[in-house]
Amino acid sequence: MEPLLNAVKGKFMFLSVTLDLLRGFYETFKVFGLTLLFALPLGLVIAFGSMSKFKPLSFLVKTFVWIIRGTPLMLQLIAFFYGPGLLFGMRAMPRFTAVMVAFVINYACYFSEIYRGGIEGIPRGQYEAGQVLGMTKSQIFFKVVLLQVIKRIVPPMSNEIITLVKDTSLARIIAVYEIIWNAQSYIKSDGLIWPLFYTAAFYLVFCGGLTLLFGYIEKKLSYFRS
Amino acid sequence: MSVLEVKDIKKAFGKTEVLKGISFSLEKGEVLVIIGSSGSGKTTLLRCLNFLETADEGTISVDGKLLFDGDMSSLSDNQIRENRLHFGLVFQNFNLFPQYTVLQNVTLAPTLLKKNGAQEIEENARQLIKRVGLIEKLNNYPCELSGGQQQRVAIARALALNPDILCFDEPTSALDPELTGEVLKVIKGLKSKDSTMIIVTHEMEFAKNVADKVIFMADGVIEEMGTPQEVFDNPRSPKTQHFLSKSMEEF
Ligand SMILES: Nc1ncnc2c1ncn2[C@@H]1O[C@H](COP(=O)(O)OP(=O)(O)OP(=O)(O)O)[C@@H](O)[C@H]1O
Ligand SMILES: [Mg+2]
Repeated sequence: MEPLLNAVKGKFMFLSVTLDLLRGFYETFKVFGLTLLFALPLGLVIAFGSMSKFKPLSFLVKTFVWIIRGTPLMLQLIAFFYGPGLLFGMRAMPRFTAVMVAFVINYACYFSEIYRGGIEGIPRGQYEAGQVLGMTKSQIFFKVVLLQVIKRIVPPMSNEIITLVKDTSLARIIAVYEIIWNAQSYIKSDGLIWPLFYTAAFYLVFCGGLTLLFGYIEKKLSYFRS
Repeated sequence: MSVLEVKDIKKAFGKTEVLKGISFSLEKGEVLVIIGSSGSGKTTLLRCLNFLETADEGTISVDGKLLFDGDMSSLSDNQIRENRLHFGLVFQNFNLFPQYTVLQNVTLAPTLLKKNGAQEIEENARQLIKRVGLIEKLNNYPCELSGGQQQRVAIARALALNPDILCFDEPTSALDPELTGEVLKVIKGLKSKDSTMIIVTHEMEFAKNVADKVIFMADGVIEEMGTPQEVFDNPRSPKTQHFLSKSMEEF
């Protein structure tokens, strides 16, 4: 009787842990998706800022990018959550908002460097060929340069985005209940360690999917060499 | 009336004067070959004509119309673009658009500039591609072509906008020696009563062959100008003599 009961209980436990982790993974996915949604365009703005011919602007933007890329994301999370209160006596942002602000700014800076590398890597001859053919600046950017930039940035972008998947686990620093937080709570409540390792499966499946997606895009763009 | 009139073009990069007053004119249908040692300012001159570089002083007129009066700041972006359309430029390293096929490379600019209906543009492009001998490569991408073939596509692409004056900046210097012939043959084939060309080249045999007029440039000035017979066979300037004898040695 006893082993059977344990088996049933074990099955039940596995199911309930799975559901619980899925709920945590939904949070994880939200941080991931929203970060991409805002950081991808913001990164482009930052990239153009750092490439600006107006020196003070590019200096300012480059300094900002240096600070963000030169400090740990974990520290930035804490700073955005506690900083406004400590410095100005303001009420802290909601936890999730603070996480999003820190992630978006952090990743926008990383993305901006990738964009910049991609844009600056396009040979000047491509612009000049467009110019002597009488194209406008925007025609040159959209019809000549853009696809070549995209092709160049797909590999570094895919690296960065896969890093983002795993960085989301930092959100628990300011108590946003993502998947690892949920799994860890089983250690205290039930003395179970396996849910923590079980989270790896979620990450692996998700990153695997992303890897396939990026591989597909790379292959789609492999018809030309630039 | 001359199709191109260039007067006293000067250009400096910082403190180095690269062009120190270049003047010449060109009649419709003429082929001008520019020779000169490395660093003498040949590329800079072509880039000034194509408005990739702004000359500091001087004037440029095409068909009697003053395009440049020594002051670029008075020109709007649109005017500069219109001015550019009088000229075509074939680059040393082709600069084809890698993501487009041969046909798309040739049709892109005319399509964007709405030169014609789509069908006419494509028909015209096919004819040009045929003219440079690449009709069987119509749907290939640049990475699938040899350097010589890529340069021929670049020539077709430049011709598609029907420029008044087509410029070539060392069109064969980036090519393996065995591929230069096919490109030079195509360029020579373009010579006709209504195609005016300026060719910068180190291929002396070809230059002698194709030129109606030759300019030898040295240190930013026109050291000698004349017919191919005058410049190649009876050069007056010691600098020209020295340059020619040196390039014969290499040959
Ligand atoms: N953008 C630039 N900035 C500074 N100096 C330049 C620039 N472009 C050209 N120069 C200088 O101008 C001089 C003339 O260069 P240019 O390319 O016109 O010579 P060239 O006659 O075409 O030589 P080559 O036969 O090697 O192509 C060179 O000394 C070069 O270093
Ligand atoms: Mg040159």
